[in-house]
Amino acid sequence: MNTVGNQTEARRSGARASAFAWSLTRFLVTVVTTYLGLLAVTFFIGRVIPIDPALAIVGDRAPAHVVERVREQLGLNLPLYQQFVIYVRQALTGDFGISVLTTNPVMSDIKRVFPATIELATIGTLIGAVFGIPLGVLAAVKRNSLIDQVVRVIGLIGYSVPIFWLGLLALVLFYAKLRWVSFPGRVDVVFEYSFTPVTGFFLLDSAWQRQWDVFADVFRHVILPGSLLGYFSLAYISRMTRSFMLNELSQEYIVAARAKGLSETRIIWFHALRNAAVPLITVIALSYAGLLEGSVLTETIFAWPGLGLYITNSLQNADMNAVLGGTIVIGAVFIGINIFSDLLYRSLDPRTRSR
Amino acid sequence: MSQLPTQPPVGLRDWLLSDRPQSRRQARFGRMYAVWNRFAENRLALIGLAILLGLLFVAIFAGVLAPHSPVQGDLRNSRLLPPGSPGFWLGSDDQGRDILSRLLYGSRLTLLVVFLVAIIAAPIGLIMGTVAGYAGGWVDAILMRITDIFLAFPKLVLALALVAALGPGIENAILAIAVTSWPPYARIARAETMTFRNSDYISAVRLMGASPFRIVLLHIIPLCMSSLIVRVTLDMAGIILTAAGLGFLGLGAQPPLPEWGAMIASGRRFILDQWWVAAMPGFAILIVSLGFNLLGDGLRDALDPKEAGQ
Repeated sequence: MNTVGNQTEARRSGARASAFAWSLTRFLVTVVTTYLGLLAVTFFIGRVIPIDPALAIVGDRAPAHVVERVREQLGLNLPLYQQFVIYVRQALTGDFGISVLTTNPVMSDIKRVFPATIELATIGTLIGAVFGIPLGVLAAVKRNSLIDQVVRVIGLIGYSVPIFWLGLLALVLFYAKLRWVSFPGRVDVVFEYSFTPVTGFFLLDSAWQRQWDVFADVFRHVILPGSLLGYFSLAYISRMTRSFMLNELSQEYIVAARAKGLSETRIIWFHALRNAAVPLITVIALSYAGLLEGSVLTETIFAWPGLGLYITNSLQNADMNAVLGGTIVIGAVFIGINIFSDLLYRSLDPRTRSR
Repeated sequence: MSQLPTQPPVGLRDWLLSDRPQSRRQARFGRMYAVWNRFAENRLALIGLAILLGLLFVAIFAGVLAPHSPVQGDLRNSRLLPPGSPGFWLGSDDQGRDILSRLLYGSRLTLLVVFLVAIIAAPIGLIMGTVAGYAGGWVDAILMRITDIFLAFPKLVLALALVAALGPGIENAILAIAVTSWPPYARIARAETMTFRNSDYISAVRLMGASPFRIVLLHIIPLCMSSLIVRVTLDMAGIILTAAGLGFLGLGAQPPLPEWGAMIASGRRFILDQWWVAAMPGFAILIVSLGFNLLGDGLRDALDPKEAGQ
């Protein structure tokens, strides 16, 4: 009797374990193929599209033996699949080659500039979430009211305006005319010697070292590009919040909560928003990933020394190693955020679990 | 409209709205009329349509409307004139070229980009999606993996890298944008295909001996079209913005072509004193992408009332 019970129990847990193993395998396959796909695409762009990558490096006036030596060094005489294996192995160890422009390894350049991009994208997402979520909630609650129209217009313009153009106009207004913000870069040259960043996140570094004058200066530099990215994040987040909240507010548990006599504030901000919060986390993560991409144009406008500016500078100098290294890093982080938000969504929302 | 009803008392409206259409054509026109009615109720969507018709008009008649040459300026007399100067209503740029004329001609490039990206990317996505959805199994798994890989890429960065390898130019920019924009279409087409795949009329066609090729081409693809058109229209604004971004970075259309993004880039140097050189093309981009967004929202609401109001 007891053994039979144990057996069924064991069988059930065994089935559960194998289902778990199966979904874990599927998940790992997805992750690995996506990253391999990323590398395959950049490999294709860097090695297959150019007629001769060696010529692209040494120039077409180089003597034949130099070209041959570079071809040998790059492994271009090997079959394509072997080249790809080598390429993947190098990418996994963080070796993206040498930047022609800075003569450093691309990876060390990226490590130096990436914190600036992260700082900007984080500030943008914070602004977007802090203002976007309440706006979206209010727009859903007071449907077709003034605030709903405002959210709609913010969204429409956010989806229609070129970010680099808005950045230029903002620069003219807030930097040149009103003199409210500082430009260019992340911090004034005055502080170049008195301030040594540790983590590369200047706001955190200066606050940690209690250099409040530096902090204020960094703030004056970051606020405009940060708000600009924040606006685009806000447009997306408020629109999605509105749609999730409309969905929640039409559910029956809201009627039940009203029938119980709960206050409207409590129903909206605790009951409905909590249920809308799970998909919202995904939206915020996606908007963060989108800002990493949006930073390419923003950084160019604001001379913000991050990964976006690094990529565009390298582009202008035909420095393919740096461009592709930057592409791989942004792509990898982008994919990572997508996977992370997907996992978070599944672990937070029990409805998405398969039994 | 010469085929109008032979029965005298019936008006055009009644003919269109008839619930007993006499011919296939009448049913089709009737459905189009219903969609148009739903669409026309939306004032913003009509504005979007008007903007795009205006763009089309301007692009066709740019040669007649433009007061000056878009590529050749008068360096001696008309350099950096402010907006409102006689003959140069939107001002002129650093090479003495009329900005209005350049904007008018630039609309052709914008339409070219949008049109070419749509006719390259939409069929790729449509074929990938319908084949994956209809075939199922391994084909589906592999095609969708490829789609997901491209979907996981940040669009602008991938387009940047592609143009960097292909070399700058408007053709390569169009190609790069097309390569980055087909995956959502494949997803939509697959989702739609999955809903019809096991329906009775597809089984009926199969029983009559139609090949999978014929089923996908003649019976599944037409059914995916309406949601695809909505999605493509909604994506147009993003395509225009990406193209302008590439132009701004000097990777799209090359000078002296009057591409709007490149015009902003060339006005960047004078932004503090001659703001209009960079500002005017930006307004043009804003208005056109707003038009596509409004039209796309309206089309979605009209063709798919389920999702309306979201």
